[in-house]
This record gives sequence, C-alpha cells and structure tokens, in this order.
Amino acid sequence: MKEKTTAEDVDFVEDPRYRQCNKEALMGLGLGLLNLLWWFAWGYGAGSQSVQNYSYILGFPLWFFMSCIVGAVLFTVLAAVMVKKYFQDMPLGPLDEKKQEGGR
Amino acid sequence: MAGARFDVLLPLLFYFVAVYILGFYSMKYVSQASRREGKGFLTEYLVGDRKMGGFVLAMTLVATYLSAGSFIGGPGTAYSMGLSWVFLAMAQMPTGYFTLAVLGKKFAIVARKINAVTVTDFLKERYENKTLVLLVSVSVVFFFIAAMTAQFVGAARLLQGAVNVPYQVALTMFALTVIIYTIVGGFRAVVLTDTLQGVVMSISTLVLIIAAIAAGGGVKNIVDSLSALDPGLISPYGPDPTFTSMAWVTSFWILVGFAVVGLPQVATRAMGYKDCRSLNRAIIYGTAVSNFLLLAMHLLGAFGRVLVADISTGDLVVPAVVTKLFPNWLAGVVLAGPLAAVMSTVDSQLLVAVGAIINDIYANLFDLSGKKTARITFISSVAIGVITFAAAFNPPELMVWLNLYANAGLISTFLWPVILGLYWKRANTAGAFASIITGIGSYIFFNTYLPRPLGMHTIVVPLLISLAAFVIVAYLTPKPPARVIKKFWGI
Repeated sequence: MKEKTTAEDVDFVEDPRYRQCNKEALMGLGLGLLNLLWWFAWGYGAGSQSVQNYSYILGFPLWFFMSCIVGAVLFTVLAAVMVKKYFQDMPLGPLDEKKQEGGR
Repeated sequence: MAGARFDVLLPLLFYFVAVYILGFYSMKYVSQASRREGKGFLTEYLVGDRKMGGFVLAMTLVATYLSAGSFIGGPGTAYSMGLSWVFLAMAQMPTGYFTLAVLGKKFAIVARKINAVTVTDFLKERYENKTLVLLVSVSVVFFFIAAMTAQFVGAARLLQGAVNVPYQVALTMFALTVIIYTIVGGFRAVVLTDTLQGVVMSISTLVLIIAAIAAGGGVKNIVDSLSALDPGLISPYGPDPTFTSMAWVTSFWILVGFAVVGLPQVATRAMGYKDCRSLNRAIIYGTAVSNFLLLAMHLLGAFGRVLVADISTGDLVVPAVVTKLFPNWLAGVVLAGPLAAVMSTVDSQLLVAVGAIINDIYANLFDLSGKKTARITFISSVAIGVITFAAAFNPPELMVWLNLYANAGLISTFLWPVILGLYWKRANTAGAFASIITGIGSYIFFNTYLPRPLGMHTIVVPLLISLAAFVIVAYLTPKPPARVIKKFWGI
C-alpha cells in the first residue's frame, strides 16, 4: 500500500516478518479487484442486452451463472491457491532480537 | 399465546438450550480468568486468550458478518428485485478472504506486540490520544446499539411469524438468550456458538434451497416464471433500473465487499486467532461458506416470488417459504438458520460494545487494575443488553437500511485509522481525527442531501473524502513520534 520510508530518522530494525505480511495484504487486495472485474464483466457484459436475447446455462441466465455462481466457486478456489502457494507460516508472537525467522 | 405452533417451537427450544450450554461451558474459562488482574481478564473475555483455530475463525467471521440482513432483509429485497439483488449481494464475495488477507498476519502480530484486545486498543497505542479513543468508543456503543436493535427486531419478527407468538414474547425469548450466553461466556462463548450457528445456517440453507428449487419445478421453470412475471426480475438492472443502476449496485463492492475491514466486530477476529495455519484455513473455509450462504439465501428470496405469491412484506419471504415447503417440526429446524445468523451477529456486537465501554472508556477515565474488572464488565454488559432490548420493543421498518446505516457509520470511523495506522508509518493523530470527522460528517451530509453522489451508494464519496483528509492532514502535521513507530514496526 502506501509503504513509504518516511521514518528513516528512526533508528531501528524493522520486523522482518512485515515484508511478507505486506505482500500477502497486496495479494488479498489484488484478488479482490480481480473478483470485482470478473463479476462486473460477466454481469453487465452479458446481462445488459435485452432479456429476450439471453442465453441460459442450467436454467440460469448466462450473465448470472457466470458472474455469481461460477464467480463464487472460482474465487473460492483462487483464494485457496493464494493461501496455499503464496502465504507463509511465521510465528505471530513477539520475536527475540536474535532469532529472526519468518520474514521471507 | 393461544395458537402458538409448539411443533415449530420445540426444535428451536432445543437449539436455544444448546446455545446456553456453550455459554455456560465458556463461563468456566471466564470465571477462572476473573481472578486475573486488570487486562488479563479482558484477554480471555474479549479475545478468548487468542486461541481460535481455523474452522472456528472461519465460522465466527462468516456468522458475525452474515446477519439478519443476509438472511431476512436481503432475501426479502430479492423477492421484489429478483436476480439483480442476488447479483448485488454477491458483491460480498471477497469478504471471506479480503479481511483476513488485508489485516492478515500484520494485525495479529501488532495486536500481540501491544497487547490489544479491542480495535480501539490498537488505535489508542498507535495514535496515543485520549479524545480519539473516547470519540471512537462512544461511536461504537452508539452504532452498535442501533445495529443490535435492528437485528433483534428481525429475529423477533421471524419468530413471531413462524411460531405465531406475540412480538413481545418472541423478542423476550430471543434477546434474553443472546444476552445471557454472551455475558456469562464472553468471546469464547461467542465464537463457539458462532461455530454451531455457522453449521446450522449452512445445513438449513442447503436444505432450503434444494427444497425450493424442487418445489418450483427446477431452475429453468422458476426463471421462466420470473421472466414472465417481469423480465426485469432476471436482469442485472432489476425491475426498476433507476433503483438498481449499474453505478449503485457496483458501489456495493466498496460498502459490503472491501470496507468491511473497517468493522470492529470483524477486525477483532483478526486479533484472536492462534497461528498462521488457523488463518490460512479460515480464509479457505470462510470464503467457501460465505459464498454458498450468500448465493443460496438470496436466490431463495428471488425464487420465493414464484413459490409464495401473497406476502405483505418481502421480509417474510423466508419464513413463508419455509412454512409452505416443510412440515412444522422440520420448519423449526430450518428456521434455526436465520435465527442463528442474527444471534451470531448480535453476540459479537454486544461484546465489542462491552469492550468499548470497559476497556476503552472506563479504563481511560478510571484505573482498571485489581479484580474489579470482571464485575464492572458484567454490569456494563447487562446495561447494554437491557437498552437494546428496550429499544427493540418499538420496532422500526426496513431493517436492511438501518443495518447498513450503522455499518456505514462504523466503517467511516474505523477503516482508514486502522488500515493506514497499520500500513503507513506517516499516519498520525491529526490525520486520524481528520479522517473520522470528515468521514462521519460527510456521510451524514450526503445521506441527508444527496443519498447517491455520482450514482453510487452514499458511503463511497465520504470514504474517499476521509482518505484524502487523512493523507493531507498527516502531511501538514508532524510525523508520529519515533517511539510509536518503533513499537509498531520494530522487532
């Protein structure tokens, strides 16, 4: 997000876990935006024509089926992939100055 | 009470008993913790000693977030707006993963560093300002009483309709249950009952939607009938395209999809989980369960138009479908789902309001050491419970809107101070003040004079204004003190 290094005058070692944390937060945001795009593109892309011309899948109008039903399944799967492939384990409690695991 | 449907009531009573059992089971932990001094007690009472596992975290997040709005009001509006309202409701698709990924581990790490048990605790340490803490806490109490009242009204209406008891009896039965188990068991009782309620909601929703589709002769049949009734019912623009316009519907992504991060009852959950595995599993389960519930419940509302033709208000669509499709005793089982949705929302809100009073207001004005903490906590819990209960006796109409109004107020208060405080080192006290004041101020302004600025939901423009105010004021005023940055960013 807005991670500017405006605090250079503060002399300290930044918690090494935060780099990964920030990355994960950005990934969550990215997935959210992608989700919005999918929903919008199918919903209004295929749903804006007149109702008589709709095509249907399993009884649902195509726009609805793709944006809401497929969207829900797809983004659940993508969330699982994001977590399993890119999220990393780290201790959540306070760190000792010496051992700095986690991070990346 | 003559004419009460006891066969519907009986399974509900069993369910209430189960909830009480979980409450009193958790009371064991609470009473052990009540011997701890000062904050030790609140760590158990408000965040359950940070011991939540993945499944519980997922369920409590989903159950807290999905409220009467999603189970009664939402399907009720879908009844008149058709698939367009299901489409709108699906703006909540990201909720399951978004909050947990964005607040994520960083919030959990910081909460442990500064020993925060409420979101306001986080703000207190980050911005070091008493007035800010009081402002935020008072708005929490205010908005939550409004939100809880709306929830109680919804649940009581549902019970009233389904069991055929007077509104006051339904309200008393329901409200007392929630208030008692929450007060005696604290956070642990809340998340355990949420988990039970999440499971109940899921099962009841699955049964309902399958039965409804079967009763309507399959999806194709139902969609055809809807289309014949009014083609708008199967279009994303709805029967009234000026109401469910593209800009307005899409802007719900901001309100119910993304900005939910700013809801304190949701953010608290990001402080209370045990480890990274819990978080990862919660993201997966939470997304799956919330997507399923949202889709199925709203679809049920939309399909209900074909199944039950003559209901006075959309809010009654779920109970009407249930009583039409199921024998009475089974209807009780299925209705436990929406009731569970309400319970699990109110219990968390009650706890956050109590946390605000005790941990954020009282502890700031008086000394919170010693063993009085437990007693003062119980007293303030009872007080809030009673106020809410009393307010619900005179029920206002259209609870969806009431609920969204409270949410919007809370989001304007918390979103930027939490997110920027967590991720932006330059965020300072003056900026936080500016953002809260312009956020709430402009929200009230737009809500009164221009409810759809640029065609979008009222919340969007105030959120942008308050973000801008935060950033501008932060740059015009001194940096936060180095000690704060070191506490939050250092090892």
